[in-house]
Amino acid sequence: MSKSNDSIQKIVTVALALCVVCSVIVSASVVILKPVQVQNKTLNLKENILRAAGMLSAAPTKQEIEEKFAQITPKLVDLDTGEYVEPSAAGFASMEAFDQKKVAQNPDTSRVLTSAEDQASIKRREKYAKVYIVTEGDEISRVILPVRGYGLWSTLYGFLALKGDADTVVGLGFYEHGETPGLGGEVDNPNWKAQWPGKEVYNENGEAVVRLVKGGVNPEAADAKYSVDALSGASLTSRGVQNLLQYWLGEEGFKTYLDRVRSGEAGNV
Amino acid sequence: MSDVTPKKVLLEPILSNNPIALQILGICSALAVTTSLQLSIVMGLAVSLVTAFSSFSIALIRSQIPSSIRIIVQMTIIASLVIVVDQILRAYAYEVSKQLSVFVGLIITNCIVMGRAEAFAMQNGPVLSFLDGIGNGAGYSTMLITVATIRELFGAGKLFGVVIFPTVANGGWYQPNGLLLLPPSAFFIIGLIIWGLRSWKKDQVESAEFKLSAHKVKEAF
Repeated sequence: MSKSNDSIQKIVTVALALCVVCSVIVSASVVILKPVQVQNKTLNLKENILRAAGMLSAAPTKQEIEEKFAQITPKLVDLDTGEYVEPSAAGFASMEAFDQKKVAQNPDTSRVLTSAEDQASIKRREKYAKVYIVTEGDEISRVILPVRGYGLWSTLYGFLALKGDADTVVGLGFYEHGETPGLGGEVDNPNWKAQWPGKEVYNENGEAVVRLVKGGVNPEAADAKYSVDALSGASLTSRGVQNLLQYWLGEEGFKTYLDRVRSGEAGNV
Repeated sequence: MSDVTPKKVLLEPILSNNPIALQILGICSALAVTTSLQLSIVMGLAVSLVTAFSSFSIALIRSQIPSSIRIIVQMTIIASLVIVVDQILRAYAYEVSKQLSVFVGLIITNCIVMGRAEAFAMQNGPVLSFLDGIGNGAGYSTMLITVATIRELFGAGKLFGVVIFPTVANGGWYQPNGLLLLPPSAFFIIGLIIWGLRSWKKDQVESAEFKLSAHKVKEAF
């Protein structure tokens, strides 16, 4: 390295040139790869919705996902009234433009939860939620609800699919979380997920009583149909899953909407 | 490094000058991603590519880099390459990139990349530096793959996500070792590998920093 390299002029030139070259490379890679990434993301979301609804084979192809997803109707729900809202009426350009994460962050479309309300530790709750429904004739056969809540390290994002009675579980799956692999990460374990179908979430009084039981569910117990085994070695993740389910199925969450589904008021699509 | 031949820079880092086992660099990511073999291979590849190309670009402009800002110049190049690798993974290996999450971004802070840039690429030509980057990346990958094989096989009873030992939880016979799925286990495994490597290749043993002298003074009882 010669002395001349350390002149101020040289330093500024090298720094500027380097910045220009590097920023061109970085922005080019981002811009060029963006369409493929967006595709991956949407496909992944669709796959997770279908997976929760139990509508997919073990290793689905892209085509299968698209085909099956066409049978599902996305709907915007006003969480307070439980009624469907047209995206345009709620101020969104289209159904596709509705981004749950953004809506939950935006002060205009969400509200801050008090610590007493915030059972799922999500801090803010959005006014609208995008649910997915599958219909058979005029009847709703499946309702797929977006759920989220804090586990041990991270917020778990997932979908809970219920049957048309808005009570019986079809499936539960998380598509984004950062729990410990092998412990809390076992929320992705197919064997654990296989316990969910057929469970019921509400008791006779309409309270969300679904829960995760440490040490395994006793099939003889009266509340066995509301209970699922907790994840071993992951008490906090299990508690998080239970909290988020009870929250989203409760008054604050989708209960008003689900009551309407049950009574048939939300049936006419 | 007195004499550098392409063969030497490429092969030496794998066993005799392994970046993890001898230089003890890049331990952080080695703890984090070695729970599964697939992740480790992708991570190894990503680090190899970043090290190779960053060394190559730095060696290319090494005579122009003012020494007062050389570290930040190296960082800028490395960071740009890491972003590119991250973007490519997100586009073409979505599932894997989801699992690697922040660790791809953290390649920027991986001491191996920076270490090779500063120690080798600043003094050698682009082609040699490129090979050196590949060599060190391979050394890192070898270590990662070894650790991941042990951790995934005995921690989850699987390899590449395929069941090898059916675990008790799934109705098999194998009781998995849960510790192996947690980061500390990688410390133990890496420690054992270093021990093994140094017993085999005695020249890797560092000379003692001080010597205990014999006890001479008689103390009063």
